[in-house]
Amino acid sequence: MSRTDAGVTERPTGAPPAGAGRPGRGLTERLLAVRELSLLLALGALVLVTTLHNDRFLSSQSVKDLLLGCAILVILAVGQTLVIVTRNVDLSVGSILGLVAFATGELFLAAPGTPWPVALVTGVALGAVCGAVNGGLIAVARVPALVITLGTLYAFRGVDYYWAAGQQINAADMPRSFLRLGNQTLLGVPVLFLVALVVVAVAGFYLRSFRSGRELYAIGSEPTAARLSGIPVGRRVFAVFVASGALAGLAGVLYAARFGTLDAAAGTGLELQVVAAAVVGGVAIFGGSGSVYGAALGAVLLTMIGSSLAVLRIDPFWQQAVVGALILAAIGLDRLLALRMAARLRGRSAHGA
Amino acid sequence: MSPDAGESTSSPLLVLDDIAKSFGAVAALRGVRLALHPGEAHALVGENGAGKSTLVKILAGAHAPDAGRLTLAGKPLLLRGPADARAAGIAVIYQEPTLFPDLTVAENIFMGRQPLRSLRRVDTRAMNRAAEQLFARLGVRIDPARPARGLSIADQQLVEIAKALSFDARVLVMDEPTAALSGVEVDRLFGVARSLCERGAAVLFISHRFDEVFDLCQRLTVLRDGTWVSSDRTADLTVDEVVRRMVGRDVDSLFPKQDAVLRDTLLEVRGLTRTGVFSDVTFGVRGGEIVALAGLVGAGRSEVARAVFGVDRYDAGEVRVAGRALPPGKPGKAIAAGLALVPEDRRQQGLVMELSVERNATLARRGALARLGLLLGGAERAEARQWTRRLRVKTARLTAAVGTLSGGNQQKVVLAKWLATHPRVLIIDEPTRGIDVGTKSEVHRLLSELAGEGMAILMISSELPEVLGMADRVLVMHEGRLVRELSRDEADETSVMFAATGQGAIA
Ligand SMILES: Nc1ncnc2c1ncn2[C@@H]1O[C@H](COP(=O)(O)OP(=O)(O)OP(=O)(O)O)[C@@H](O)[C@H]1O
Ligand SMILES: [Mg+2]
Repeated sequence: MSRTDAGVTERPTGAPPAGAGRPGRGLTERLLAVRELSLLLALGALVLVTTLHNDRFLSSQSVKDLLLGCAILVILAVGQTLVIVTRNVDLSVGSILGLVAFATGELFLAAPGTPWPVALVTGVALGAVCGAVNGGLIAVARVPALVITLGTLYAFRGVDYYWAAGQQINAADMPRSFLRLGNQTLLGVPVLFLVALVVVAVAGFYLRSFRSGRELYAIGSEPTAARLSGIPVGRRVFAVFVASGALAGLAGVLYAARFGTLDAAAGTGLELQVVAAAVVGGVAIFGGSGSVYGAALGAVLLTMIGSSLAVLRIDPFWQQAVVGALILAAIGLDRLLALRMAARLRGRSAHGA
Repeated sequence: MSPDAGESTSSPLLVLDDIAKSFGAVAALRGVRLALHPGEAHALVGENGAGKSTLVKILAGAHAPDAGRLTLAGKPLLLRGPADARAAGIAVIYQEPTLFPDLTVAENIFMGRQPLRSLRRVDTRAMNRAAEQLFARLGVRIDPARPARGLSIADQQLVEIAKALSFDARVLVMDEPTAALSGVEVDRLFGVARSLCERGAAVLFISHRFDEVFDLCQRLTVLRDGTWVSSDRTADLTVDEVVRRMVGRDVDSLFPKQDAVLRDTLLEVRGLTRTGVFSDVTFGVRGGEIVALAGLVGAGRSEVARAVFGVDRYDAGEVRVAGRALPPGKPGKAIAAGLALVPEDRRQQGLVMELSVERNATLARRGALARLGLLLGGAERAEARQWTRRLRVKTARLTAAVGTLSGGNQQKVVLAKWLATHPRVLIIDEPTRGIDVGTKSEVHRLLSELAGEGMAILMISSELPEVLGMADRVLVMHEGRLVRELSRDEADETSVMFAATGQGAIA
């Protein structure tokens, strides 16, 4: 009788190690790369057209402005990607950002000597608490995240307004060291943007390389299957909302450092931009696919459209239209890629057994 | 060499005692018991809706039983979720594939258990290699790095099997794993299951095909209407006896097609080609005729059916219905011309899980049922009731969501949906997959009746007895080509299998 072993730990029985010899990477990864490449191309085209029109667009100052301008959106887009990948959505990030930004100002008002790292940690923690409220409500109420976070969007903003009571915090109320964080550069690159880069890199690494990161994709791809394969779906989704909240908190602190002037309306309407960035970046709104790199590129693209349209002296009205067209184009591209992939896969499905 | 794998009388490995489970008012299981012995394969049989899959889900930790006890190796076993069952060494292949379409095949197999390298990172390369080895054991070629989306039903099932094998489980539970597979793959699966048994694992096997059950299993338990009927050694049983216990009456297991007057050719396919999938497929089906498309899984039969119906595109060739050419890639036009396709993958292509049974059953017929553009509930319900009764769909209410029906009953609803359109040409892909003995002969009788009324039927089936019993003509496909046409008299087990495996290909 043959002694075949069921364990995967067993040594190869004779099958060639085809994984190593396979030409290129998997189809999915290649298509993802196509998706990110197309964003880079769009970015490149935009830079080219704008620079042709006005060569100051590529001056170091305006590049710096651009990087500074997109950093906060990039951070939020990363958090949103974590959420959307699990087939959820977090609409409360703009409100969390506003609340945390104002709280940071209040912290410096109450205790002017607070070192900025303490403020940073406090802000992130407050954001995480807000995220935990979202996650907890979703877990308990078993209502779609869209509805819950739409509620907390107003709730957090309401708290913010109540707390601020019409008052404004100015740059003068905050320590210089903290404000410098918002504008300082390191080797010519804004610190804010470096922070965003680190966030993207860490989240990208996590999603790609860790079991729990892969489980997030599994949850979004097929929630029932995820449950049946023993993935702690509730816990993961909760954690994702905490992460999104914490990142919104981080973004809130950076917002305070960058702008200095704070009222209760900070970050209003930002959530839609964030979702738009993710969608433009190829994160599937029904979960299961997309990367933080794509979402980050989407955020950069959206920010850049704003500034290049200004350089090109195009009516702000058109800016909205362009963003809308971009979203539709992105969705169309995703659909096209999906169809092509389906066609290729079906062609290959006949296997000679 | 293995010590008497078949006749071990050791104490049972896993015992279920007095299990009960209800869904609302529906009592799916009452007082069910089961004992799985190490080194043995145990069959679980019963009609559609008897409660087999419910029992499987209890073993998998996916459903908590309302009452009853589980004992594993003499110790009480409490399963709070699927993770607990995994930890206890219970691997489950569910009736409906539970794959993640966006993830790669290898990730699907190893989700949550991926091989790791430094920093606890997932080692994708090692994972793909391990998946490749599992497929090699099963003797199939599936690229581990491709996404699961777009896999054929058979391949999905094979991925599920590979997943279950990768656990190195003490208890392997398989809920109709063979429904989508053809003979060769079933043999390989059984080979693997036997080697697991030799190493002391216990296997629970569910199938509506009795030859498989008697081939693999040493013991057999019958369920009827959620209650336990009997548990015996298969050696002491006959198929007829098992069927009688399942159904509670005698059933003729096969219903041969009645001869019908052959009319004009209704479906004509000429030179149909899709590069890399099938090529130069030419055949015709006449009214009153049942033509079977036989072949191994992956021979391209379903692909031809989908192309004829217009779901998939094709590169060359022509399809004519009653003499009129059908535009390629337009299922709507095909339906209007009187074509109906009962697809292979019912769950994804045939049903809307959230909608009620009656809605689903009349989904393809809404135009005809509407009066002045309004869909009247009454007409819909009457129609649905007629078909669901004819096919013996077991459901508490016609308004219940299709998703809550048992697997076999979902299949019946898809059949009802298309039969209700009264098509002129019916293309039916695996008509009795997952359907129990009692209803199987009913479906056969129905198909024969429809042919008698002048319908042209193209039937794709991997079950030889069904092909031989029902078909007026058998077309055999091998690797994307029609290699043989057999008349009813010529067709027998050897001639069909010969052609299907590519031997003696005479066109
Ligand atoms: N989630 C659910 N909600 C309500 N009823 C359910 C649910 N799951 C199963 N049932 C009911 O429980 C009964 C048993 O179903 P089960 O799926 O166990 O049958 P089965 O023996 O596996 O049948 P088949 O051979 O068709 O797969 C059926 O009447 C079914 O409608
Ligand atoms: Mg079942």
